[in-house]
Amino acid sequence: MTELPLIGEAVTADAAGARRLAGAKIGVITFPGTLDDRDAARAVRLAGATPVELWHADTTLGDVDAVVIPGGFSYGDYLRAGAIARFAPLMSKIIDAANSDARLPVLGICNGFQILTESHLLPGSMIKNDHLKFMCRDQILRVENNTTAWTRDYAGGQEITVPLKNQDGQYIADEKTLDALEAEGRVVFRYVGFNPNGSRRDIAGISNPAGNVVGLMPHPEHAVEAGFGPEIGSGTEGLGFFTSVLNKIVGDNK
Amino acid sequence: MPRIVVDVMPKPEILDPQGKAIVGALPRLGFTAFSAVRQGKRFELTVDGEVTEEILAQARNAAETLLSNPVIEDVVNVEVVGA
Repeated sequence: MTELPLIGEAVTADAAGARRLAGAKIGVITFPGTLDDRDAARAVRLAGATPVELWHADTTLGDVDAVVIPGGFSYGDYLRAGAIARFAPLMSKIIDAANSDARLPVLGICNGFQILTESHLLPGSMIKNDHLKFMCRDQILRVENNTTAWTRDYAGGQEITVPLKNQDGQYIADEKTLDALEAEGRVVFRYVGFNPNGSRRDIAGISNPAGNVVGLMPHPEHAVEAGFGPEIGSGTEGLGFFTSVLNKIVGDNK
Repeated sequence: MPRIVVDVMPKPEILDPQGKAIVGALPRLGFTAFSAVRQGKRFELTVDGEVTEEILAQARNAAETLLSNPVIEDVVNVEVVGA
């Protein structure tokens, strides 16, 4: 665990600033079959915030400032990926909080993205990869929208490399929905160089209209510490998700 | 015990990767008559007692909300069997 919060814009790196950062609580929800909750909590900690464990059967969100829905295979991907998790007691609280005036920031990664589409917080759906195989690789993404709660620390058009690992990763929606997503700047990430799953228009991640809810298939939480992330680039190019939301939380609460 | 059968299919405009894999495997076994396969799901909901209109309506509702995802799938059949 790092001593220094890896964040700059919203607060200075003095003791008071670090305390404010650590005061930001980011919930990480665990369903039966979730795999990446520990890594997501670790990414939150490395960014300087305090991770809060949330359990799917909880009936309150507590006082968290943002929520990460991590990857894995909730309920074994039975029925459809994310379909059963969507009806977990805590999900209805998250849906309400995301749609409320407070616009709780919510990030869905991989299976979390699938849960967000099943929850109708994000449009479209995921089906099996077009090549039918599970795929794990370091993936280059282009940040198409750096104004969301989870991408504001990136430059517009910046290319980042984070791991990708999934079987049901092919993003689909009807043409009208895809056109609307493009027109409203809600395509947040696109695959660069190689489309690993047949996703429409190379879409890797999208947001809701307000930009507080973001979902993507690749895994930024696995690229937060040098030596443990992708070998392409710095290996820490996923950390910006977590510093982004932290900057937003601390900035909003100033 | 009566059961309500719910059949769900991928929407026609959506490429069904699983069906595509199956249609590729069929000729390898000598089944050469089939030009396309689409794979769907069948659910059997068991009811203790009589299937009333209200219960059937519940099944239709469950089919639309949980058993299928309207973005990618259609509920193509809801029927009572073994009454």
